[in-house]
Amino acid sequence: MKRAYAPGRSLVAALAIVAGLAVPAMADPDEDSLVINGDIEIVTETAAPAHLDGISTIYSGWRFRGDGTQAMQMDDFDNPGMLGVAAAEEVWQAVDGSAGESCASCHGDATEMRGVKAVYPKWNEEAGEVRTLEMQINDCRETRMGAEAWGYTSGGMTNMVALLASVSRGVPVDVAIDGPAQSAWEAGKEIYYTRYGLLEQSCANCHENSYGMMIRADHLSQGQINGFPTYRLKNTKLNAAHDRFKGCIRDTMAETFAPGSDEFIALELYVASRGNGLSVEGPSVRN
Amino acid sequence: MADNVKPRVKVPKSASAGEAIVIKTLISHPMESGQRKDSSGNPIPRSIINRFVVDFNGENVIDMTLEPAISTNPYVEFSATVPESGEFTFTWYDDDGSVYTDTQSISVA
Amino acid sequence: MNFTRRQSILTGLGAAVAAFLPFRAFAAVEDNIAEFTGGAEPGSGGITLTAPEIAENGNTVPIEVSAPGAVSIAVFAAGNPTPAVATFNFGPLAASQSASTRIRLAGTQDVVAVAKMADGSFVSDRKEVKVTIGGCGG
Repeated sequence: MKRAYAPGRSLVAALAIVAGLAVPAMADPDEDSLVINGDIEIVTETAAPAHLDGISTIYSGWRFRGDGTQAMQMDDFDNPGMLGVAAAEEVWQAVDGSAGESCASCHGDATEMRGVKAVYPKWNEEAGEVRTLEMQINDCRETRMGAEAWGYTSGGMTNMVALLASVSRGVPVDVAIDGPAQSAWEAGKEIYYTRYGLLEQSCANCHENSYGMMIRADHLSQGQINGFPTYRLKNTKLNAAHDRFKGCIRDTMAETFAPGSDEFIALELYVASRGNGLSVEGPSVRN
Repeated sequence: MADNVKPRVKVPKSASAGEAIVIKTLISHPMESGQRKDSSGNPIPRSIINRFVVDFNGENVIDMTLEPAISTNPYVEFSATVPESGEFTFTWYDDDGSVYTDTQSISVA
Repeated sequence: MNFTRRQSILTGLGAAVAAFLPFRAFAAVEDNIAEFTGGAEPGSGGITLTAPEIAENGNTVPIEVSAPGAVSIAVFAAGNPTPAVATFNFGPLAASQSASTRIRLAGTQDVVAVAKMADGSFVSDRKEVKVTIGGCGG
């Protein structure tokens, strides 16, 4: 079923015209295009991947934000999320743990990791599990460096994920959903369409059926995670994808899953796959 | 001193004499307003950058007073005239008495 | 003093309206401005305050002030618990008397910029910024 939401959306827009309301505020994503530092071209709109049947075009959340918020992401100096990236660059070079290694001792410059963020979460054959980038970072820290694992959504971890995202900006998201990852992907899809909480809302209710509409004063996006970690104006810090999932489920007035749980790992794989084809753009800036 | 306070400035490397250049500055700082309460309901004391001064070769460009209504990670953009080659000094003053500085050279062709 | 029934209702309404006004501190900003101008009433023109009509989040609202020839520009947020926001004093090497920053607004309110000009006069500009409340309480 393609664009099953369309009639409702048009009706809302038509009503807005009749009522003389500000139509653009009720409308689809804007037409702006995103180039970071006048250099990195970001795909913010493309055809939906074949596995999606409820949506024909996918959009980055950047396209749903106001001009002021959008502008903050167009120049690294204006993007406060880059403070986290700069902090992680120092950590990248710093030796930590009993093995006397830094991230750089094995991987070289962080820019060598270009493209890595785009394919996570990813099946790890050796471990026999789907791994998020956070899990892989902690595995490196514990196994290779003999260092302590970081908290899943701790500041240090989120900064490091932001560094790895920043060097992949412009690379299309391309997570694998078949083969050994398929069962986790199916589990994530199940969660995406399950209604949670007292409000009985699923991810899809807002982000597939109602994107582009206003939820109170907020312009609903498709809930894509290609821009994570995200610097939010709301809490003025970098936010991890699992913390955003947690916030969304909490807002339905449900008990939420924990960041780093199997449920959120599966959901991250599924939600990431809904954005296959959009560019990695973290650290993004959102409201 | 607040943790992880780090100034960043963006100044062009070169300019022509008398040219107006745009300078951007950002310093990582929580700018705790003094209006918030912690989880047990106790007020969190104010702790902000309260003054920001920029000079070029000892002459003043801008001297700004900041109040708690300035956002976390204070961002300030302004323009300066560069009469000759020299050095910009940037100074941020913290409520707790800490002073953070950065310098940036520019050459005038 | 005897209240008629109608007066009582009106008084009640007034109290209800007052209770629902989001910000009771509008008087405070006038005091702040008077302090900056030494009591002089600012004129208009010669100063531009740029602020979004609608801010996506009140925690980080980009603003810009510009007043060619000003000695200093003070910015106030009329509806904040403490209205003072920032004062920019321009030195001899400021290429223009303008600056941008990011500010916190506690809700929909007027932002006021007042410039002190070289001749000692004052001018001001004022913009209402609507601060939106996100869909999920954010």
